[in-house]
Amino acid sequence: MGNRQWLLFPILLVLFALTFLIPHYGLLNDYIQLILIYVGINIIMAVSLNLINGYMGEFSLGHAGFMLIGAYVSSILTVWVFPHTWGPTMTSLVLFPIAVIAGGLAAALAGLIVAFPSFKTRGDYLALVTLAFNMICVSVVQNIEAIGGGRGFMGMDKLTTMSWVFLWALIAAWAIRNFIYSKFGRGALSIREDETVSDLVSVNTKTVKILAFVISAFFAGVGGALFAHVLQFITPKTFVIQKNIDFLVMVYMGGIGSIGGSILGAATYTILLELLREALQLLGTIPPFTLIPSLEIWRWVVAPLLLVLLMIFQPKGIMGLREFGLFVPNRDRFGARLWLKKRKSANANSPD
Amino acid sequence: MNFFFQQLLNALLLGSIYALISVGYTMVYGVLSMINFAHGDIFMVSSYIAFFFSAFLLRFAPHLFPILTFAATILVAMILSSLLAVIIERLAYKPLRTAPRVSAVITALGVGMFLETITLALIGPEPHQIAPLIPFRIYNLGGVSFSSNHIMVFAVSFICMFILDLIIRRTMVGKAMRAISFDKTIVPMMGVPVDTIISATFALGAAVAAVGGTMYGMVYSLDPYMGILIGWWAFIAAVVGGIGNVRGAMIGGLILGVVQVFVAAYMASTYRDFIAFAMLLLLLVFRPTGILGRPKIKKV
Amino acid sequence: MKKVYLLLGVLLTLSLMVSSCAAPSGGTGTPQVDVIKIGLNAELTGSIPKVGKSCKQGAELALKEINDAGGLEVAGKKYPVQLFVEDDEDKADQAASVTQKLISQYGVLAVIGPNASRNGIPAAEIAESAKVPLIGPWPTNPKFTIDSKTGQPKKYVFRMMYLDSVQGVENARFVMEEFKAKKVAVLYDIASEYNKGMADVFKKSFEELGGEVVAFESYTSGDKDFTAQLTKIKAANPDVIFLPNYYSEVALQSQQAHNLGITNILMTTDASFSSELLTLGGKNVEGIYLYSTFTIEVGGVNPAAKKFIDAYKAQYGEFPDDVAALTYDSFGVIFQAIQKAEKIDRQAVRDVLATPFTYEGVTGKTTFTGTGDPLKSVYYVQVTDGQFKVYTPKYYHAKEQ
Repeated sequence: MGNRQWLLFPILLVLFALTFLIPHYGLLNDYIQLILIYVGINIIMAVSLNLINGYMGEFSLGHAGFMLIGAYVSSILTVWVFPHTWGPTMTSLVLFPIAVIAGGLAAALAGLIVAFPSFKTRGDYLALVTLAFNMICVSVVQNIEAIGGGRGFMGMDKLTTMSWVFLWALIAAWAIRNFIYSKFGRGALSIREDETVSDLVSVNTKTVKILAFVISAFFAGVGGALFAHVLQFITPKTFVIQKNIDFLVMVYMGGIGSIGGSILGAATYTILLELLREALQLLGTIPPFTLIPSLEIWRWVVAPLLLVLLMIFQPKGIMGLREFGLFVPNRDRFGARLWLKKRKSANANSPD
Repeated sequence: MNFFFQQLLNALLLGSIYALISVGYTMVYGVLSMINFAHGDIFMVSSYIAFFFSAFLLRFAPHLFPILTFAATILVAMILSSLLAVIIERLAYKPLRTAPRVSAVITALGVGMFLETITLALIGPEPHQIAPLIPFRIYNLGGVSFSSNHIMVFAVSFICMFILDLIIRRTMVGKAMRAISFDKTIVPMMGVPVDTIISATFALGAAVAAVGGTMYGMVYSLDPYMGILIGWWAFIAAVVGGIGNVRGAMIGGLILGVVQVFVAAYMASTYRDFIAFAMLLLLLVFRPTGILGRPKIKKV
Repeated sequence: MKKVYLLLGVLLTLSLMVSSCAAPSGGTGTPQVDVIKIGLNAELTGSIPKVGKSCKQGAELALKEINDAGGLEVAGKKYPVQLFVEDDEDKADQAASVTQKLISQYGVLAVIGPNASRNGIPAAEIAESAKVPLIGPWPTNPKFTIDSKTGQPKKYVFRMMYLDSVQGVENARFVMEEFKAKKVAVLYDIASEYNKGMADVFKKSFEELGGEVVAFESYTSGDKDFTAQLTKIKAANPDVIFLPNYYSEVALQSQQAHNLGITNILMTTDASFSSELLTLGGKNVEGIYLYSTFTIEVGGVNPAAKKFIDAYKAQYGEFPDDVAALTYDSFGVIFQAIQKAEKIDRQAVRDVLATPFTYEGVTGKTTFTGTGDPLKSVYYVQVTDGQFKVYTPKYYHAKEQ
């Protein structure tokens, strides 16, 4: 089984080039491009949520809150703070990434704050803390008149392009993948299995938790910033608790503890929903379905049903607890292979 | 002073309905350690059942005593909702009892969404209101205005809670429920039919929620999405009272109603959600097990 | 692992299939030239589904009439008109992506809708950047047609209704002159653009006229319990209570107000002009005042309106409300513009719309003066005996339009 990791780099390069060519030559229509951008943003959200929910085994329901912070901070910067006289290239190459990073950092700060209650609470209680955090974020923004309150904030330029989304998704996957296989990441895995024991075997649970929340929140903020600059209009209502359900589905459908799974889950979920919409519209033109008004609503009936079926028959998600080979560092692959070999020989030798 | 009492009445009305729903969350959590996120939507479905049944009764049996119509509607709503809850439990939750906890949560969310959208698709999005099954009157006592709605909600909720408390504390089923929530492994070995008791828990929770749903449909209005927000509020109420504790859930519901109404009454109404959640957050940080909850000792 | 690759393969194939079905539309978007495609963006689900339904029905009636006549005649040739209906679920981000879909995926010539200002504003942004004409039948908030960056009117966005900034002032005058009101209370939804905008304009105007706003209470969309705010309002003892909210909320608010013993005059706006207000509100909304550009009684003086009302009733079994009428007129405006432009081209149609003209339709005269905001006449309405009836003011005099 050869190591195909060297293929990764050229493939990524080709994809990156495509992200420039597609909009420039109109290879795909605008709507499909928009969907792809949404897929990319969802990938960032799913991968970052997976860090907390999947790898660390906590139950965070506040991810949309981090997204909201990133969206608003970056939007305020690009609309009010940054100069508008810089011209499109400079704005998109310099100012936009600064705004996105700023959004991510603001969200990371919030992540730091959320990390502290996580020291004492676990499981369902942490879920509630994060839930309360999400709702407080929404509530606070609704009350700040200056940024539009409940009615939303607008005026952003369409700075998010497929290329930027692709880049950020790449950075997110790379950063989180490196975190997972680092000392801290393995600490996160051990916390998931048993927190008390982890503490006893000198895993620095506090540091691990802080790092995990901060990194996860940072990328959620980045996702939010990208989202704000493609929709060009944000309102607190977009980021209420129900939004978390979307992300949870992506993570759990793809398989917790697997970056590849999160990517798959995000892509599948986004595309599947749109496909369902198309399929139902097509179906609506065939009698006797023409009698049913608004057939597209059934999209939201079928989707959760599929989800429930998926959970019952494949509760570990598409990927289960496995991971795509190219994400795993060589050291681990070698170790895994060695372990498998040993197990095989041990089974062969045992008297059975 | 009138203002205060008026708001208090408003608060207790809202709080009683929250209480009726939150007991369902707390009971299921007690026996399964699972947050049944579909509970708010079961509440919504029960409201619709009440709406259709009462419309049917009013059309085909208009000369019945109002109190009979009311009682019949509530009973039918209770029975059908319990049935629905048990079906959901058997089909969707039972297979996941050994799966990772979060799968059950996602399934619950999925079931909830399914209920919302199928109601939307089949019945339509327009809001409805249940006709006043008890003749509607407004009373005025020293400047404080209250209506037959208030009396109905207080009386019925109180009776319902009382009966529920009796069931939990005095009957075998209730005892079994409490036993399971205390220790899951030993109880089956003692010959308790765990599956049946779990189904009974769901049924009971749904029945109580149906009482709330019927009354909510009369006092406010019903639409397919009503379960979402109310579900979250009732869930928070259950946590505040100490999740797993039925009396705690009742108290939590009332507290939440009071907080929501009084914040809107004495401060700018826009801060209501913010204050309610900030309180929740503080409570969770300083007393995570809620008001009446017992700290769970985790064995390593 | 094989399962995963299989899934990926299936997904990829499906996506390719779908994208190949869709007609790719380039940046300048000149749609196919043998069919006229119009997109409809309506709130079919969400909190104001009746509005969406009325909008859709008004649109479909307009479409049926034009296609029954063989299509729209443009420069000597008759073109059938095709309607694409999308549901924005009463969500701002959906409104934006649905508009994008109508423009890019279906390549429509123009977009009609959405109706609620909160959804209209993001949709308008998309249409403006894509340079596609968009007519909003119902939005009344100024932000709908103003470019938020430059403060100038948008070039591609038009509306069929008057502006809140105009109407809010008129309402304040109406309340003060007609009811001799000195104290007014307002209950509005702080999370919705229309409600808040209208509440603010009303408050400012009423205070400028010398009145006092004794209570200015708010709630968030989705709330159903207003007893706390209404109790506060009752304690402030106003002459009139102003509820610039949508029908499902006003019905509940009126009901809860009466349950609390509030007997003051209630006034709402065109946002709750819907038969659903009467169904849900029942006797609690009896006597409530509002205003609109269209009531059924108009059929008596406007022959086009009578024809429309009869056709609508025959087709759908119910009387049309103002949303349906305004949507119907939006289509009339677009058809007229296409005919004048003599081309099926987005830019040409837009240029016609930007030249001052008057459209006479079922909602009376709509006069465009070069921007997206027209002048329109308004009727004051009161709910009498469970029906919307035109109310003739005794003391209030409307300003001439």
